Amino acid sequence: MTDAAELRDRTRALLRAHPPATTDRTDFLRARFDAGLAWVHYPPGLGGLGAPRSLQSVVDGELAAAAAPDNDPRRIGIGLGMAAPTLLAHGSDEVKQRFLRPLWVGEEVWCQLFSEPGAGSDLAALSTRAVRDGADWVVNGQKVWTSSAHVARWAILIARTDPDVPKHQGLTYFICDMSHPGVEVRPLRQITGEAEFNEVFLTDVRIPDAHRLGGTGDGWRVAQTTLMNERVSIGGARLPREGGMIGPVATAWRERPELRTHDLHQRLLALWVEAEVARLTGERLRQQLVAGEPGPEGSGMKLQFARLNQEISGLEVELLGEEGLLYDDWTLCRPELVDFTGREAGYRYLRSKGNSIEGGTSEVLLNIIAERVLRLPAEPRTDKDVAWKDLTR
Amino acid sequence: MSAQPDLLYSGTENDLRAAVRSLLTDRADTPALLARVESGDPYDTSLWDTLAAGIGAAGLLIPEKLGGQGAGHREAAVVLEELGRAVTPAPYLTGSVVATEMLLALDTQAPEVADLLEALATGHRVAVPALPLTTAPDDAPPAGGPVNAVADAVRADVLLVPRPDGLYAVEAAEVTLTPQTPLDLTRPLATVAPLGEDTPGTRIADAPTARAAVRRGLLAGAGLLASEQLGLAEWCLEESVRHTRERHQFNRPVGSFQALKHRMAQLWVEIVNARAAARAAADALATGSPDTPLAVALAQAYCSQVAVHAAEECVQLHGGIGMTWEHPAHLALKRAKADSLAFGTPGRHRQSLATLADLPAPG
Repeated sequence: MTDAAELRDRTRALLRAHPPATTDRTDFLRARFDAGLAWVHYPPGLGGLGAPRSLQSVVDGELAAAAAPDNDPRRIGIGLGMAAPTLLAHGSDEVKQRFLRPLWVGEEVWCQLFSEPGAGSDLAALSTRAVRDGADWVVNGQKVWTSSAHVARWAILIARTDPDVPKHQGLTYFICDMSHPGVEVRPLRQITGEAEFNEVFLTDVRIPDAHRLGGTGDGWRVAQTTLMNERVSIGGARLPREGGMIGPVATAWRERPELRTHDLHQRLLALWVEAEVARLTGERLRQQLVAGEPGPEGSGMKLQFARLNQEISGLEVELLGEEGLLYDDWTLCRPELVDFTGREAGYRYLRSKGNSIEGGTSEVLLNIIAERVLRLPAEPRTDKDVAWKDLTR
Repeated sequence: MSAQPDLLYSGTENDLRAAVRSLLTDRADTPALLARVESGDPYDTSLWDTLAAGIGAAGLLIPEKLGGQGAGHREAAVVLEELGRAVTPAPYLTGSVVATEMLLALDTQAPEVADLLEALATGHRVAVPALPLTTAPDDAPPAGGPVNAVADAVRADVLLVPRPDGLYAVEAAEVTLTPQTPLDLTRPLATVAPLGEDTPGTRIADAPTARAAVRRGLLAGAGLLASEQLGLAEWCLEESVRHTRERHQFNRPVGSFQALKHRMAQLWVEIVNARAAARAAADALATGSPDTPLAVALAQAYCSQVAVHAAEECVQLHGGIGMTWEHPAHLALKRAKADSLAFGTPGRHRQSLATLADLPAPG
């Protein structure tokens, strides 16, 4: 087992061989990957050393102290958080060798082709078809809510390969080449005015069978790897006190006494309490993970993060009075990075509406907590034993 | 805030929890509790002896050299979680936490203080503060005369009475105790009045020391009450889940309806939060963190509401049975509602946070 001392030695050796001050950024990141110091819990040869995940902080600390470049994880979040764990768990050796290094280094951006106009919360009902044609699959359909599609080189894709079986059984998981001529990406403008997401139209897109992840018809099981990692990554960042959405409104309250009213004061204090308690809950969750005692507590984090962001930003718009009537900029832009607390109060208010929809709606998350954590019985279902082609659409 | 609080439970704390839960499951089940509540004397003396002396819970805050366990607030918090789950009538929060903490703020070399602490550590004697249960840590104690809503006074051997010139230890026999009819039948209340001017008790602290001691006692009481509220809320959710899984209407378990299961999922999220807030308060008290007043106010502002919400949902989700005397949901509801007034309401604690978090009121 690789220990902290060995990781520290390896990191220092990397820094000696490739001094950050005089090494090209991409070259340094490639060398870091090849030294097994990208994600130490990954296997040797794939950017890791098979070390405990908790030891990553040793490497990161050494590299930060040496002012080494990082791989700008926010720009490649879908690749790191969702595609990589799925490739690792379900990809062939060739697939892992081909894709993981450029993914981690950031040379190839990934996006996720899951949701469709007719399949949101009920993802397993999706209609995009993949039909086998020789050594390839031919894909036709429409995907939506695809962030980064306009800059992505590759996508993880779920498509229907068998419409004659119940919906969960007829799905297959693929790696899709976003540079294929049959892929058309159109910006999807949101209520904020920007187009952070895209619609993706797939017309006779050819995918080699070697780019299938998991067995034919096994796509739902493979997708669980992806979705579990998505829910861990949303709402899980470590924050200082007032580090989230409450920060700007608390600052405005302190700096602008003329805006204060008794009603707003009561509501601000109540939300401050909730935000600080949610922060402590996140801290407790991290302590459980470090102690090797992960619990189900994480399931609630995104749920309350969404509601608090919405209520706090709504209060902020109200606090600002006349300024609350203004908006910074309605120009259509296509941001590569999303910062929920970025821009001004009106933007925060509108963008946070998405927090209770993206990555599982709050209503679906409540079902998950009720049924998987509390073990309450499921609602009777009419779609489990019916062939997908016979479902109402 | 400098260091992060330790928000987990240690192995020792888990062992202590198991011991207390096992005792309360064996000896303080619902039928026994209902019978005692109706008898007018809800306290179970032999249960107290086992909890206080057998398990050693009464002396957790008291140093070993004074006859206690030399443990701390984190351990006492775990005991309170279990007492909250079982809604057990016991002078633990009032006696083993608030009164004990007040005495620990005094000169513990003084024989009258040391002797009393030693007797409290084993549970042989019980002392409670002669303060209304509603007194918040920032409140000035009553200046004299009869004091209403003194919790567990009828179970006390000694009352700690703040007077303008200091703190007095007064034998229960030297005061007039008039029981009141409490909303929460599991935490009896009484009016405490001086018996006469010739029986003032023993003065154990001067005025400035007394003020600091009262504040310290109430701060510990408020902070650890959050753990009692956490335990109570957990019980309410567990019973609601159990009931709605078993209860069938419309040919299906009522717990399968999203209208109900979403409410229970929401409660679960609140309880997860309450645990973090209560642990943070207990850890701050245990480590003497400068952040303690904020951690306590935060825990009270949050956990009081969670306990009330959980108990109210428990009644509603049980339907008609939840409104009956026979089902214990009402005991939890009454305790939760009374607890939300104890040591200051959530609104009172939010008011403290306005200062502690620098979010000042208008004007």
